[in-house]
Amino acid sequence: MEHVITTLPAFGPAMPEILLGIGAIVLLMFGAYGRENETRIVLIGAIILFLVAALVILGDEAGRVETFGGMFVSDAFTRFMKLLILFGSGTAMMMSHSFIKQEGMERFEFPVLMILATLGMFMMVSANGLMAVYLGLELQSLALYVIAAFNRDNARSSEAGLKYFVLGALSSGMLLYGMSLVYGFTGTVAFEPIANLLANGETPIGVVFGLVFILAGLAFKISAVPFHMWTPDVYEGAPTPVTAFFAGAPKVAAMALIIRILFTAFPTMLAEWQQIVVFVAIASMVLGAFAAIGQNNIKRLMAYSSIAHMGFAMVGLAAGTETGVRGVLIYLVIYVVMNAGVFCCILLMRRKEGMVESIDDLAGLSRNQPMIAFALAMLMFSLAGVPPLAGFFGKFYVFMAAVQAGLWPLAIIGVLSSVVGAFYYLRIVKIMYFDEPAEAFVKPVPGEINAILTVSGIFTMFFFIYPAPLLVAAQYAAAALTP
Amino acid sequence: MYSAIVFLPLLGFLTAGLFGRVIGARGAQLVTSSFLVISALLSMIAFYKVGFGGELTRVHVLTWIDSGTFEADWRLRIDTLTAVMLVVVTSVSSLVHIYSIGYMSHDPHQPRFFAYLSLFTFAMLTLVTADNFIQLFFGWEGVGLASYLLIGFWYQKPSANAAAIKAFVVNRVGDFGLILGIATIFFTIGSVDYDTVFAAIPAMAEKSFSFLGHEVPIVTTISLLLFMGAMGKSAQFMLHTWLPDAMEGPTPVSALIHAATMVTAGVFLVARCSPIFEFSPFALTVVTFIGATTAFFAATVGLVQNDIKRVIAYSTCSQLGYMFAALGVGAYEVAIFHLFTHAFFKALLFLGSGSVIHAMGDEQDMRKMGGLYKMIPMTYVMMVIGTLALTGFPFTAGYFSKDAIIEATYAGHNAMHSYAFLMTTVAAFLTSFYSWRLIFMTFHGETRASSETISHVHESPMVMMIPLVLLSVGALLAGLIFARFFIGDLHEAFWLEAIYRGAENHIMHAMHEVPEWAATLPTLLMALGFGLAYLFYISRPDLPRELARTQEPLYLFLLNKWYFDEIYNFIFVRPAFWIGRVLWKQGDGRIIDGMGPDGISARVLDITRGVVRLQSGYLYHYAFAMLLGVAALATYFMLGGVH
Repeated sequence: MEHVITTLPAFGPAMPEILLGIGAIVLLMFGAYGRENETRIVLIGAIILFLVAALVILGDEAGRVETFGGMFVSDAFTRFMKLLILFGSGTAMMMSHSFIKQEGMERFEFPVLMILATLGMFMMVSANGLMAVYLGLELQSLALYVIAAFNRDNARSSEAGLKYFVLGALSSGMLLYGMSLVYGFTGTVAFEPIANLLANGETPIGVVFGLVFILAGLAFKISAVPFHMWTPDVYEGAPTPVTAFFAGAPKVAAMALIIRILFTAFPTMLAEWQQIVVFVAIASMVLGAFAAIGQNNIKRLMAYSSIAHMGFAMVGLAAGTETGVRGVLIYLVIYVVMNAGVFCCILLMRRKEGMVESIDDLAGLSRNQPMIAFALAMLMFSLAGVPPLAGFFGKFYVFMAAVQAGLWPLAIIGVLSSVVGAFYYLRIVKIMYFDEPAEAFVKPVPGEINAILTVSGIFTMFFFIYPAPLLVAAQYAAAALTP
Repeated sequence: MYSAIVFLPLLGFLTAGLFGRVIGARGAQLVTSSFLVISALLSMIAFYKVGFGGELTRVHVLTWIDSGTFEADWRLRIDTLTAVMLVVVTSVSSLVHIYSIGYMSHDPHQPRFFAYLSLFTFAMLTLVTADNFIQLFFGWEGVGLASYLLIGFWYQKPSANAAAIKAFVVNRVGDFGLILGIATIFFTIGSVDYDTVFAAIPAMAEKSFSFLGHEVPIVTTISLLLFMGAMGKSAQFMLHTWLPDAMEGPTPVSALIHAATMVTAGVFLVARCSPIFEFSPFALTVVTFIGATTAFFAATVGLVQNDIKRVIAYSTCSQLGYMFAALGVGAYEVAIFHLFTHAFFKALLFLGSGSVIHAMGDEQDMRKMGGLYKMIPMTYVMMVIGTLALTGFPFTAGYFSKDAIIEATYAGHNAMHSYAFLMTTVAAFLTSFYSWRLIFMTFHGETRASSETISHVHESPMVMMIPLVLLSVGALLAGLIFARFFIGDLHEAFWLEAIYRGAENHIMHAMHEVPEWAATLPTLLMALGFGLAYLFYISRPDLPRELARTQEPLYLFLLNKWYFDEIYNFIFVRPAFWIGRVLWKQGDGRIIDGMGPDGISARVLDITRGVVRLQSGYLYHYAFAMLLGVAALATYFMLGGVH
């Protein structure tokens, strides 16, 4: 009897995941068997579900807890990341509220799929073994493939979903191949045992190959160069709130997973993975900066912008230190908040004939909607990394970590590419303020979008006044990784 | 009192300059003119007290610069030299102010004009009252600025702007020398205060300092550098080119700045620095040479000019040359005396010509005048008085001062004194010729003006004539009254400590003991010049044309002012423009912009185009890129990576 009891896993640490899972099923049932057009209620239910999950996570004050046979872990790091994911998913959900109605894609499956994707991300963040990684990753990815193509009458949306699916399958294949190599050479799929095995003696080349493939698969998820090719097409084709979603939460989850794997499973192979991360970071920053200049579609532009930002975040990771991880976490928080604000503005780019996406359509925004233009200008300055806005501090902490770790060239390349990148952010400001005004956008602005934009704008502008809470939280989270 | 003399014009400038719109043209005229008149009256009192009462004063105004060992207080130094300059500056300036009320009556920018005039006067007064070289430099640059502003007063005229810039730039050349001179003084002596410097100079006489590996004598270097500044400001040979062009400014400005006061600042500087120059015979020789050359050169050019103001401008240049020649042979008092008398008769000539121009409806070409003496008799009389004084007709002002200079050069001792005597004597003849030529061409003979112009000719208003009358009194009597004090038997009591004289310098006595022929020669030549001018322009008006035709190369050489402008244009201006253009087009445009901002942004766009082309939209391209990436990383590690 005793044996049975002890093998029954503790469910407590997985409370948020369980909540999301049950909630998703309940809302699915409600949508499927309820009356016509229950999407609105399902969507509000989903937001409430996120809020409850956030409260549960905030209320959890335990230290590091493992469960499900060591495959699942909950600590300060996972809580930090899950809250950030909830913010990203929640804002994307709110943004889609009026959008799906206007675009005729008001179906209750949409919120449910977003909940499931979020659940997958939670699993990724909490994964403590290769099998759990794969489970979480696929749950997330399958949901994302579907919502990318959710506007199924739209050819571009369908194309986006299909491309994402095919390339995602390829990356999953690489990931699995890498995992099998690692398993083959170490005989285990759990992170700590892998680390312990690798600590003794020389690292077999097979494990290095495995690491390369695993990182390639994960780099795809954060759209790091050269695994970024899907990003511009999918961002452009997918419905705008979905793009906003893609740009935020999944990146956070995948980055959390990369950090977790590198720091707990392969800490002894720092020399190897540091080289990969440095290469990917440089390639991402440079390509993101240069390619965005050539874009005229604001969603494509944001795609390259997110590529570049992931590159910057990886600069902190490349340092391979606790300070570096802290820098990455701060960077991600600032990035997600700024991103939410920018996509709110993109969602406002609607004329009588429908959504417009060219950056030239922003001309004259400073006169038609001065407050929004000002907020967007601040967000653009922040994305470009102009002090004293939040974006500057994000870059500051990752570059500082890199410099402290002796990665001078990386930091210098990063700073230079952020200079190049400033060009296209400032171009948007110039278009808004100085170009011949274009036709005004449709008003009024939906309340929830206004709210998100306000929060994002205030955070961006006034972060420097009271940055302590975020810095302390990131410090705790980073410390949890490196016991 | 001394502070009031200096600062009343500043007050006038501030009032007219800042509140010109409020008080209007009439208000600006009244404020600036009345302040100047008060200042002039006070100056005369000061002149009396200092020159005849022997009262020397220092007035401490404020502590200006006190930085480490570098100290420069703002003090007014009042000695005889300063007092003479105060009288000259304030009296001419106040008369010019009054004259301008009439002359500028149709100009829409009168407050600005009067503000500039007062600003100039203030700057000139700080220059002559300076007690150290920094204060002197302040005034020096201040008059340069005011001169620039006033030459370019009619800023709508491109030629006026060009002349203003030319005056400023040529003066910079001289100022550069002055700055270096002051710097050298501070470098070698460690002070810029007059008394300290003058006291230290005798000990420096034989010393030298090392510059770029060369040993250069201190006192000669300082003297030559200061003289370079004086050359620029006083339009001496080689740096004279700006003065004739400066006639683009309004005529009262020409009278005040470019005849009576500012251009004499160089003479004042050398006289003030007599304790320095006296210890450098070489520098004095250079001064003599340049002065004598200028006197001759400018007189020759003046022979053939047709613009009434330009003739007088070259005459000014020539007379300044006289003054430097006197300075060079050590007769500082004589130079200042000539400065003093010259201010009266040259201002008279300029204002008189202004009256002619005013009467003729802004016509300045003498070839289009003639026969005016019946129409404007008052102006005619004034001009004749000015001419008599300039040419040195017995017992007029010029007779005393100019002949004294020629005698001093005869009695001088340095290597150039004979040359100077020759040049100044010849120039006296030329002066007489061109001055009477001006009178004859303007006032005598058949009129060559159009009948419409003639019908408008009228005598100038009283507000313009009264200054002329006052100046003509000065031109007639200044020499007679003051010669004894300035250069005669009472000169030592008059000048006191203001002028320093070396132990071997006895010129003030020697010049009174020149042979009879040398003393009377200038007067004879003056008469000869008059006769020749009468012959050419009254008896045989066809002779000048005949002469110009037969001696064409010489005529053109003189008409084109010895080709100085052309040579400078070729040597300095065009190469400067060329260098500027090369640096602009090639250096800045092609290299800095091309490699810098433009080049980098162009390369960025090139890279962007390349990167964007990678994004083909084809799935298999994307998948290929991913596999390539993985393969590259795997290969890298298989080959060993970097450890």
